[in-house]
Amino acid sequence: MTKEENIISIDKGIKSSVRGRKKILFELIVEKSFFLCACTAVLSIAVITVYIFAQGLPVMIKIGVIDFVTGHFWRPLENQFGILPMIVVSLIGTLGAVVLGTVVGLFTAIFLAEIAPDWLIRIFRPAVELLAGIPSVVYGFFGLIVIVPLIRNTFGGPGNSLLAVIIILAIMILPTIISISEISLRSVPKEYKEGSLALGASQIKTIFKVMLPAASSGILASIVLGTGRAIGETMAVLLVAGNTPVFPESILSPVRTLTVNIAMEMGYAQGMHREALFATGVVLFIFIIVLNVALNLTIYKKESRI
Amino acid sequence: MLKRVKKWNFTVLLIVLVLMGTAIFLGCSSDETENGTVNGDLSSPSLNGRVTVIGSTSVGPLARVLADSFMENEQDVKIDIQEIGSTQGIQAINDGTADIGTVSRELKEDEKSSDLTEHVIAYDGIAVVVNCSNSVSDLTIEKIAQIFKGEITNWKELGGFDKEITVVNREAGSGTRGAFQELMKLEEKLPDGTKKSLITEKALIMDSTGGVKATVSGNDSAIGYISLGILDDTVKALKVSGVEPTVQNILDKKYTICRPFLMITKGEMSPQVGAYLDFIMSSEGQQMVKSEKYIPVK
Repeated sequence: MTKEENIISIDKGIKSSVRGRKKILFELIVEKSFFLCACTAVLSIAVITVYIFAQGLPVMIKIGVIDFVTGHFWRPLENQFGILPMIVVSLIGTLGAVVLGTVVGLFTAIFLAEIAPDWLIRIFRPAVELLAGIPSVVYGFFGLIVIVPLIRNTFGGPGNSLLAVIIILAIMILPTIISISEISLRSVPKEYKEGSLALGASQIKTIFKVMLPAASSGILASIVLGTGRAIGETMAVLLVAGNTPVFPESILSPVRTLTVNIAMEMGYAQGMHREALFATGVVLFIFIIVLNVALNLTIYKKESRI
Repeated sequence: MLKRVKKWNFTVLLIVLVLMGTAIFLGCSSDETENGTVNGDLSSPSLNGRVTVIGSTSVGPLARVLADSFMENEQDVKIDIQEIGSTQGIQAINDGTADIGTVSRELKEDEKSSDLTEHVIAYDGIAVVVNCSNSVSDLTIEKIAQIFKGEITNWKELGGFDKEITVVNREAGSGTRGAFQELMKLEEKLPDGTKKSLITEKALIMDSTGGVKATVSGNDSAIGYISLGILDDTVKALKVSGVEPTVQNILDKKYTICRPFLMITKGEMSPQVGAYLDFIMSSEGQQMVKSEKYIPVK
């Protein structure tokens, strides 16, 4: 190697190392920005948790956690803060909606994944996706002008009722249940279905005995997600529920859910009343946490089985 | 080379995104400080800046109509009106978020304080409304109170059709509900000083005047109460002991279910707040109060 060549190679080395350092710096900046973005979500949940508990827990302890959660009467201006009727209604309403929504949604998913011809899928799938995009207040308005009068004229009572809540929530969770169930049905290996049909099982038998069990964890996850949406829904429920904070005598009685209680009274509440609404938020928050743990468990089970 | 340019574009994009995020945060906070300084600046002779009006959902529509007309003449003044509730309005004026707090009932004793000034801008009647298809059209105050207490539960007891009455109430804390309960003697003072509502707990509850109107107009057996100002022909207003709820009847003191609309200010008013209130109390402003179906104070 001559002297000149030597110099050139050293020069190259320096240049490339400068470029390398720049590259490393760039990578570092991008990585940090990704990290910062990821922090937003975590930070938000941390702040929300701290804030809700800081606002709600003191008053919950002041009222007495047991008195608050098992009290029968919500009369905030008379210092009676009992949210048991709303807890019960939130649970029954969600359960009813999930049962109704799962039956309809699952059958729709089976139809779309297994039975429907292509041209029909091209109409049905966008329709289901559109259903997911409708704002909840529009659902509520639809419920108020269609479902509520329908219930009143068919069964009597005021129409604003637990039944109206269940129906509107069932419609709202349909897209979640349909799309996730359909995806999990489609991801069942073809061999399962072909094997079953080859053994002489009918199509319906194949769907119920082979496809559904194979896709069960995905379907379960869709139900848990639907439950999450149903229990947290506020605006649509507020419009159709009637919002009476007492135990329902029947499915046709007006009811109030936990979410509605917060949305409805936050505007006017002050002092202890306001804090009691945050305490309602704490209870709702705990429900959501339990639901999320359940969701993670189903996904964990699914993964461990595979 | 091309690759590098692309990479730099990416970095620039990221930086822009971060800056935008910061700008949004800063934007929010600087907005507030601007608001504060403008309102605090009493020496400025020309009218400009913002007036934040927070409070009752019943006063809101009237305040908005008056503000729109006021802003036509004073183009540099921007009036923001937020309708979140009477109690919230008092809270907002006390903690300084609002320049004017609006309240659709008399102030309670513990809400009054020496640095708050009450301006009665109008009176509002409360109309008891039923569905248009309801044949009942005239009731006494006692009968109406009995319906709301849940003592009369079927329209046929009042000469109407055989249908169970659906009572529509407002949520706890609402100014309209507070005024209605007080005027109709639908509350009872408890030994500890709180007031117990006597309205039946089976009542539907709506969180706005519009919600009550929508429910009553859609349910043929419903009864509710709304501000006279938003009464229209989607619902039927009951006569009370033969007296129709009209502005004239309230001025003549024949129709007694009415309450004041208050605007509350704290301490010394800024010029633009003063000008807005002056406009409301002027003959032009009070004329608009009347044409909006509220009762003028002058």
